[in-house]
Amino acid sequence: MSADPIISVKNLEKHFNDGAVHALNGVNVDIAKSEVLVVIGPSGSGKSTFLRCLNLLERPTSGTVIFEGTHLTAPRTNINVYRRRMGMVFQHFNLFPHMTVLRNLTLGPTELLKKSTGDANKKAMQLLERVGLADRADAYPSQLSGGQKQRIAIVRALCMEPDVMLFDEPTSALDPEMVGEVLDVMKELADEGMTMVVVTHEMGFAREVADRVLFMDEGVVVEEGSPEDIFEHPKSERLQSFLSKVL
Amino acid sequence: MAESFAKLKESFIFNFIEGARWKYITNGLLVTLKVTFFALLLGIAIGVVVAMIRSAYDQMKDEMKPGFGKTMLTVLNTIARLYLTVIRGTPVVVQLLIGYFVIFVSTTNTVFVASMVFGINSGAYITEIIRGGIMSIDPGQFEAGRSLGFDYFQTMRFIVIPQAFKNVLPALANEFIALLKETAVCGYIGLMDLTKGGDVIRGRTFSAFMPLIVVAAIYLALVVFFSWLVGKLERRLRSNER
Repeated sequence: MSADPIISVKNLEKHFNDGAVHALNGVNVDIAKSEVLVVIGPSGSGKSTFLRCLNLLERPTSGTVIFEGTHLTAPRTNINVYRRRMGMVFQHFNLFPHMTVLRNLTLGPTELLKKSTGDANKKAMQLLERVGLADRADAYPSQLSGGQKQRIAIVRALCMEPDVMLFDEPTSALDPEMVGEVLDVMKELADEGMTMVVVTHEMGFAREVADRVLFMDEGVVVEEGSPEDIFEHPKSERLQSFLSKVL
Repeated sequence: MAESFAKLKESFIFNFIEGARWKYITNGLLVTLKVTFFALLLGIAIGVVVAMIRSAYDQMKDEMKPGFGKTMLTVLNTIARLYLTVIRGTPVVVQLLIGYFVIFVSTTNTVFVASMVFGINSGAYITEIIRGGIMSIDPGQFEAGRSLGFDYFQTMRFIVIPQAFKNVLPALANEFIALLKETAVCGYIGLMDLTKGGDVIRGRTFSAFMPLIVVAAIYLALVVFFSWLVGKLERRLRSNER
């Protein structure tokens, strides 16, 4: 691991309902540049909450998140500026239904990065070309399949030219035959050296693409290591029982 | 049959043609449309702003850090709630009289006073309509906007409000139609609107049936026309989504 992590998480805690539910109980993780970190765990383990705390969509109860040297959790930090550099992909795509695909992609670059419409369109079309959806630029999201929507959602995040991509169960809402096309795009992204944090149930993807796998349960990181460590030589009983159920 | 038709025709000529009394109707109609139009514009402007304050407060009060911003929002929210309670809790006729005799005493422009009062009044109802529309939008839309780096109000402006507006268009059309008919009480401050125009004719000719029925028919025609127009607009807005 490089000495200078792109994201550094320290003692992260998140409580819901005035402390009745502890979703995160002190999570410490450093993420290196160009690393692909895959987070696995049973539902309710806090893995999505962990991911959503990285860009403060969920505000941590305590602990710090440091992104490229900036304390995101510090009171004076303007989170909106840093979110531009952290792309996020959601389980349910969350494309904007009232805009064409192209407008979905260029809204952020034109309004936030102040790019000209021409430049933003050019960049968007290049990326659409790469995921094989250039012919759908003028379609509305409702006219696309789930796999197409998720690929567009990935492109939407990429159009902001982020330094990190966060994936929150990107294939969980897809029909099985569409999972592959989305994972292919993610693999390609990983190969290009994008820093990625992926919460997923796709163990095949974790095994093949991850540099490091985090196994979470009950709001803590129970075990972490290379895909080989995690899948071939699980140490803790909880991970063993989890893997026996999902593999 | 032919006899009663001739009677109606005679009454029509007597009430509207003689002394060019139809002008009370056309001038009144123009006033009614003017007041409704300006009131609607003001109402929508107030509605969007107040709805945004109300939902910003409800959605952000827990995550905002204490400071100037949070204090401002709390104060604005309190004012907004007071406004909604007072306006929705008092009759519009009373508001109209207060507007004319208490607040805008120095002006004689009754169209202006009526537009302001009806705009402020319908703003309260439009606020609740738009707030409902904002709450009907999938929270994922909001999160997607925020995750790109848009702040709360940019997310509202580019992503939430356009979708919410589409959802509330039928309710907004209802409010417009209600507003059009509510302005009939403008006569209370001496404004010669459509209703008052018909009433003046009744006072001149001492025949009630013809002027009042014609006034009612004009309101009905307007409402039917605007309902049709909104239906058309709604279909057009929907067409690019499904």
